[in-house]
This record gives sequence, C-alpha cells and structure tokens, in this order.
Amino acid sequence: MGAQIRVYKRRIKSVTATKKITKAMEMIAASRIVKAQRQVAASTPYSSELTRAVKAVATGSTTTHPLTTEAENPVRSAVLLVTSDRGLAGGYSSNAIKAAEALTERLRAEGKEVVPYIVGRKGLAYYSFRERKVTESWTGFTDKPTYADAKRIAAPLIEAVLTDTAEGGVDELHIVFTEFVSMMTQTPIDDRLLPLSLAGSKEQEDGATTELLPLYDFEPSAEDVLDALLPRYVESRIYNALLQAAASEHAARRRAMKSATDNAEELIKSLTRLANAARQADITQEISEIVGGSSALADATAGSD
Amino acid sequence: MAAELHVELVAADRSVWSGEATLVVARTTSGDIGVMPGHQPLLGVLESGPVTIRTSEGGTVLVAVHGGFISFADNKLSLLAEIAELADEIDVARAERALERAKAETDAGAERRAEVRLVAAAGGR
Repeated sequence: MGAQIRVYKRRIKSVTATKKITKAMEMIAASRIVKAQRQVAASTPYSSELTRAVKAVATGSTTTHPLTTEAENPVRSAVLLVTSDRGLAGGYSSNAIKAAEALTERLRAEGKEVVPYIVGRKGLAYYSFRERKVTESWTGFTDKPTYADAKRIAAPLIEAVLTDTAEGGVDELHIVFTEFVSMMTQTPIDDRLLPLSLAGSKEQEDGATTELLPLYDFEPSAEDVLDALLPRYVESRIYNALLQAAASEHAARRRAMKSATDNAEELIKSLTRLANAARQADITQEISEIVGGSSALADATAGSD
Repeated sequence: MAAELHVELVAADRSVWSGEATLVVARTTSGDIGVMPGHQPLLGVLESGPVTIRTSEGGTVLVAVHGGFISFADNKLSLLAEIAELADEIDVARAERALERAKAETDAGAERRAEVRLVAAAGGR
C-alpha cells in the first residue's frame, strides 16, 4: 500500500471516531432539552402566581420596601451573569458574556459602579483571565439547576440589595441570561430584577394587565407579606432564568454538535475520495511499471536473438 | 352540595395538587386559618405546617408545606410553597431519620420540617 493511502486511511479513521463522539453528544443534548423545557414549564405556575401576588401587594398597599423603591441616584448595580460550566456549545457562553459586557458598559455610562456575580465556569474563566474582580460565583449545576441552587444564589444578592449603599450595598440588581425562545433560537437578554418595576415587565404583558386586582386582606400585615414575598420572588425569577439558561445551553450544544457531525461527514467524504484517487494512482503506476518492465524484458530477449 | 372553591397548590418546581374544595385549613404566621368559599380576598404568609384540603367529593388531602404563601380571590385559592409534599408521597422512614438527625444536630428548622412531614403522613392514613 502506498504511503499516501495510509495517511488518508489514518485520517479517515480519526475523523470517524470524532464524528461518533459529536453524534453522541448531539443526541444527549437533544434528549436533555426536552427535560429542561419540561422543567421550565413546571416552574411556570409558581412564578406566575408569585408575580400576581407581588403585584397585588405592591398596588394594593402604600407600603414602601427597600426592594421596591428606586434609589434617587443609584451608584452601584449588581449584575448576575448566567453562563455554562462546559464548552462545546457554540457561542452560547460568549454570547451571554457579550450581553453582560454591553450591559456593564451601559451602566458605567450612567455613572454606576458594576458589581459582577457569576454563574458557570465559563463566565468565571473569562473574568479571572482578565483579572477582573468577581464578587461571588457559583459553578457545577448549570446543566441541571435546582430550586436550592437558585436560593443559594439569591441569598447574597438580596443581602447586598438590603445593605445600605454607603456600606457597600447595591441599588439595583440585573440579571443576564440566555432566553430559550425555541429549539433554534436562544437570545441572551438582560433584565432588571430589582427595584421592582411593575410597569412594562414581561409577565404583565401576558394579558394580566387588564385584570383588576381585588383588595386583599393581609395576614399578618402588608409589610410582613411583602418582606416574605420579595425574596421568594427574586428566587423564583433566578430559578426561572437558570432553567431557561440550561435549556438554551442544551439547545446550543445540540446545534454545535450537529454541525460538527455534519462537518466530520463532509471531511470523511472528501478524504475517501482522495484515498480512492491515491489508490487508483498506485494501481496505475504498478500496471505501467509491470508493462514497462515486461516490454523492456521482451526488448532485451528480442535483441539477444 | 354547597359552594366550592378552586384550589391550586404549586411548589417551586411543579404543580402539586389542584381541584375543587369546600374548606382549606393552613397555618399562617399568625395562626391557623380556614378558608371557605366566598372568603374575603386574602394574602398570607405560611408557616411550615400541614395543610388540610377538604375536597368537594368529601375526601381529605393532607399536604406538608414548608414556607410559602396563601392567596385567595374570586373563589380561587392559590397555595404557593417552596416545598410541598402530599401525605402519601412522604417517606415516613426517611422523615423519621431526618428528625433524628435534626435533633442530634439541634437544627430547629430541619426538626420542624421533619415533624410537619410526619404529622401530615400520619393524618393522611
């Protein structure tokens, strides 16, 4: 066998092995999207009921709460960035990071100091490589977040918002995550969680705007209810963001792996063609060598006669 | 049959129970509260405790609820819980173990949660 064919054969073998891996990853990601989507759907009743309740308290009482009142001149904003733990998901993490960078830029232009909080190893790596300060980070659960994870993330954030600005607290809380629009489309978005803006929030546009909320009796009191309600609201919003980000991550990975598999197939095809051509060239050469050799032999014997 | 109210019991990650009921008893921070159809709009903070739902078919549903809210308006009652377990979902042996452990570690919150679970599980049988 010619040296050229051997090289082609070896490359075909290695690309085939790679293709098997990417195909398997694609299939795993595809099965996980469905699971993640189901989780998003399962968490929806809780968050919509909670949003309704928060709206009821905020509109039905005159109570002011540090989590709902806007600071007169906000100087510090917390930004929670949700990325993935693992790569091989196309532009998933870098798109989210880019969105966070844009938001940071915007907040800086408004004269606010940005305090970053990060979920996922990829985002953390991006920040630590650039030697930027990360206030707090969480890793290890981005492909399968639980409510307990959301609680863990929410606790220091709520504490930071409740702390006075002069003592290092923050005035605003933003979250950047990748919204799962459909299997094919995932868009990184930024959203302000706190202070609560009741006008124009996404949940309100879902048809609940026209509904007149009844005058509630608060048990034990409007303040206490709001005190208990708002942290839960933040947790549930973070939980929802984590779930959507997980679904988006799987969808992005599925797409990236699908195109990797397609590319591998393409590569195998062209390498096979090259190997065939090399084999054919080898055969042709061998034949012409034999023919040349035998005719030289025939000429020699004819000459000696 | 008398008036009914619609109950939605949802936990953070799933919908636990929904249906028609005639009476719902839950524990708020200021004491047990019973809600019947036609109750005034209400929004309350729930304590860790068992929630009893008397269904319109005459049955009783017991749920262990850990933290959350009760809200009632327009004959619709929503129970929002961070964690909620139906009585027949509760693993009694596991809850007992959790109780032992909580007692050993003097973790009052965990102890209370385990107790609530056991109470709900016992009442559901």
